[in-house]
Amino acid sequence: MNKPLRRVAVFCGLLVLALLVRVNYVQFVQADQLSNDPHNRRVAINQYAQPRGDIIVDGKAVTGHAETNGSDFKYKRTYTDGPMWAPVTGHASQVYGTTMLEGVEDEFLTGDDDRLFFNRTIDLLTGKQRQGGNVVTTLNAKAQKAAFDGLGNKKGAVVALDPRTGAILAMASTPSYDPSGIAGYSTTDEKNWIALDKKNDPNDPSLNRALRQTYPPGSTFKLVTAAAALESGKVTDIDGKTTSPDPYTLPGTTVPLKNEGHIQCKDTSLRNALRQSCNTVFGKLGADIGLQGMVDEAEKFGFNEKQFVPVRADASNFDTKMSPDQVAQSSIGQFDTAATPLQMAMVASAIANNGVLMQPYEVEKLEAPNLSTISQTDPKPMSKPLTPENAQKLQSMMETVVTEGTGKNAKIPGVRVGGKTGTAQHGINNDKAPYAWFVSYAMTDQGSPVAVAVVVEDGSANRDDISGGGLAAPIAKSVMEAVLNK
Amino acid sequence: MSASNTTTITSIGAPNRRNTELALLVFAVAIPVFAYANVGLAKNGSVPAGLLGYGVGLGLLATVTHLLVRKFAPYADPLMLPIATLLNGLGLVLIWRLDQEPSLGAAMAPKQLMWSTFGVVLFVLVLVFIKDHRILQRYTYISMVLALVLLVLPVFFPPVYGARIWITLPGIGSLQPGEFAKIIITVFFAGYLMVKRDALALASRRVMGLYLPRGRDLGPILVIWAVSLLILVFETDLGTSLLFFGLFVIMLYVATERTSWIVFGLLLSSAGAVAVASSEPHVKTRVQDWLHPLALQNGAVTETAQARYAFGSGGLFGSGLGQGYSRLIHGIAPKSDYILATVGEELGLAGLMAVLLLYGLLIERGIRTALAARDPFGKLLAIGLSGGFALQVFVVAGGVTGLIPLTGMTMPFMAQGGSSVIANWALVAILLRISDTARRPAPSPAPSPDAEATQVVRNQ
Repeated sequence: MNKPLRRVAVFCGLLVLALLVRVNYVQFVQADQLSNDPHNRRVAINQYAQPRGDIIVDGKAVTGHAETNGSDFKYKRTYTDGPMWAPVTGHASQVYGTTMLEGVEDEFLTGDDDRLFFNRTIDLLTGKQRQGGNVVTTLNAKAQKAAFDGLGNKKGAVVALDPRTGAILAMASTPSYDPSGIAGYSTTDEKNWIALDKKNDPNDPSLNRALRQTYPPGSTFKLVTAAAALESGKVTDIDGKTTSPDPYTLPGTTVPLKNEGHIQCKDTSLRNALRQSCNTVFGKLGADIGLQGMVDEAEKFGFNEKQFVPVRADASNFDTKMSPDQVAQSSIGQFDTAATPLQMAMVASAIANNGVLMQPYEVEKLEAPNLSTISQTDPKPMSKPLTPENAQKLQSMMETVVTEGTGKNAKIPGVRVGGKTGTAQHGINNDKAPYAWFVSYAMTDQGSPVAVAVVVEDGSANRDDISGGGLAAPIAKSVMEAVLNK
Repeated sequence: MSASNTTTITSIGAPNRRNTELALLVFAVAIPVFAYANVGLAKNGSVPAGLLGYGVGLGLLATVTHLLVRKFAPYADPLMLPIATLLNGLGLVLIWRLDQEPSLGAAMAPKQLMWSTFGVVLFVLVLVFIKDHRILQRYTYISMVLALVLLVLPVFFPPVYGARIWITLPGIGSLQPGEFAKIIITVFFAGYLMVKRDALALASRRVMGLYLPRGRDLGPILVIWAVSLLILVFETDLGTSLLFFGLFVIMLYVATERTSWIVFGLLLSSAGAVAVASSEPHVKTRVQDWLHPLALQNGAVTETAQARYAFGSGGLFGSGLGQGYSRLIHGIAPKSDYILATVGEELGLAGLMAVLLLYGLLIERGIRTALAARDPFGKLLAIGLSGGFALQVFVVAGGVTGLIPLTGMTMPFMAQGGSSVIANWALVAILLRISDTARRPAPSPAPSPDAEATQVVRNQ
């Protein structure tokens, strides 16, 4: 009976061997995939097993942490001035995931990032609790506060950039929400989350309007058209006469393009056209420059491409297939043209920076828990939409807008300020309240330290360019002052 | 490895290896005690208060068992007792560790400790009162009746967790008669096959290269096949039916030395398995879970997926005892069927392989005992017990790790459950008894005129 016994022994050996092979497969080959599976709750547990690193503004953390009991997650995120900083920080919720900087830099904040490997190893050896790294932002707390307070209970967004570097100085969006309210695991957090849902709150407070909402830019887009006119050589003397009828009949149609209000735009100079915001002049210029010229210039300013700051910003739009009449309408910021507040701030900053557009960014550097710098963002030029001469011509025109045009509300004594108002109509047959825009920059002897774009959604009943100047310009002014007076 | 090395024919006066056993037992007690301290440190930051009592208790239990083995089975295999002690001790620590998770319900470790003690008591009783395993041969047909009764009994009780494998006795709790039936039916098979093996082996016709058994000899295998299918259908217990059928095929093969039995066995079992898998919803779900382990059910993660995540997150070296999250596998399962998932997560691949190798070693010692046994009844009993044990380990571990569809069976010694731990201690006791007889230098004459037995006579 020993022969079959031996065979049974071999069979049993094979059974054990099969098990050994199987566990090797599951725990070695598949281990990575299984331990990182999004449905594996350990992923979330680990994320909150130690305090997250902080997001830092002006040397002070705008985030914090609190210990929680009664759930798998040990630490909960807290926020200082949550609603004000929400468009920058986003939220890190034990249940609802992460967004904005909390999401983009999640690995670094939790300490999982490979660049923190050395620190992790040291912590392991010294028995210290593992820590996440800090994200140091480029934001300016005063400017952010000015922007957030300026928007108040109006719906809208503000983006301020340092034109010389591209550093984002302010990024506000209202109405906002407090990410602290959804950071935890309690039923209150759940209620807050449900209340934030767009279905339950039509104001959509968790939307980051500064980066993720595109608006028709209205007259502020005339800056791009003016830049294209100068670059293409269609206009060389900004104070010379143009050939522009009033009203201007859109090419290939019988539809007349008119101006808002009672302004003199016939054959007027480019400077005056920008000061008064003449639709006819810029509509015709756009059509004369042509689709390709306009698309090229808009794309040099960053249109038609998503920006990563490193948080993603939606792509602004300037159509690449249009008939001449549509090009004319697009050139005054109507038709399908749409821009994020970030995009318009980029336009202003490129002009203020003598034609060089710097890549916008909001993370100054990443710091290890021991405060050593792990990575530093170096300012990078993104494109050159204008020659320095043309940029200075455009600056001069924008400053006229502020000194004696529609942007008087942005005047700051003793500082050169250039700006452009905009009132963008939207809705079918323009039946909705228009958006009020203001883009501007302030200039000092050391170049321009700040360019701002402000959009206020609920415009005003008064449908002329004054609403951009009336509603949005004071906000831009206070943001610029906050940066200048620091 | 020749037969003569494993029998005692040439080894008169060979060392009895009791001191080896003692040394190994010290390890088998020390490791769970360390593990216990480890869990306490990880969970509460302090050495558990009961460490001393627990350590002394386990040590005392091991000492008593060892002394009784020295007295009543001095030539028994030295490895089996330490392995069983180690596995049982580790199981206790793991259950105690899972008791620390409030979401997993009431504490079960104290009860399991009590059942383990009963198991050890039964182990001792078997060693003391069954002086020779051949006594069991007298109870061949009583065993058959008893096993059938035990197997059929759960049908009259309500199903628990989808399987009718439990009987609930008021005041005592629930029992899993299948665990005991496993041993008793092996006794029956061994006794029956020892008598019938010549008839089964020789009276057959050769058809297409296979020895086709006669109808009346094919009868028992068909009956067992039918019984195992009935268990599967009425008790929805895939594991037990697989175990019984596999057990019978192995023993039949060993008894008759005819490969054709295996072919028949495989054909019949696969036919049965396919038929049931496609009709029984309980089994169908299990197969679906096996094919798509990570699929969500109603938007939620399934138990199968949770177990898989536990293994995957454990990685090579595990999270450390007490530092894993196997509590995410909800309900009672983490302490019983899924206890291996905790091993995998907290002790890692290294720990899990060590545990599997311990089982492998125990199985190997059992088969070695079968090889060494001098009487066919002992051989059949030993191979039946160890083969069944091997199948059970494979079915449970394979199910939990996703090698095969999951079936509701307990991991011997480790999983929470009184019937299982008691039955397995008895199983080890019988194997030890057989190995003692086999390795004893002066063997008593075997009752059957078997080939090897006559060799023994010639050598004297």
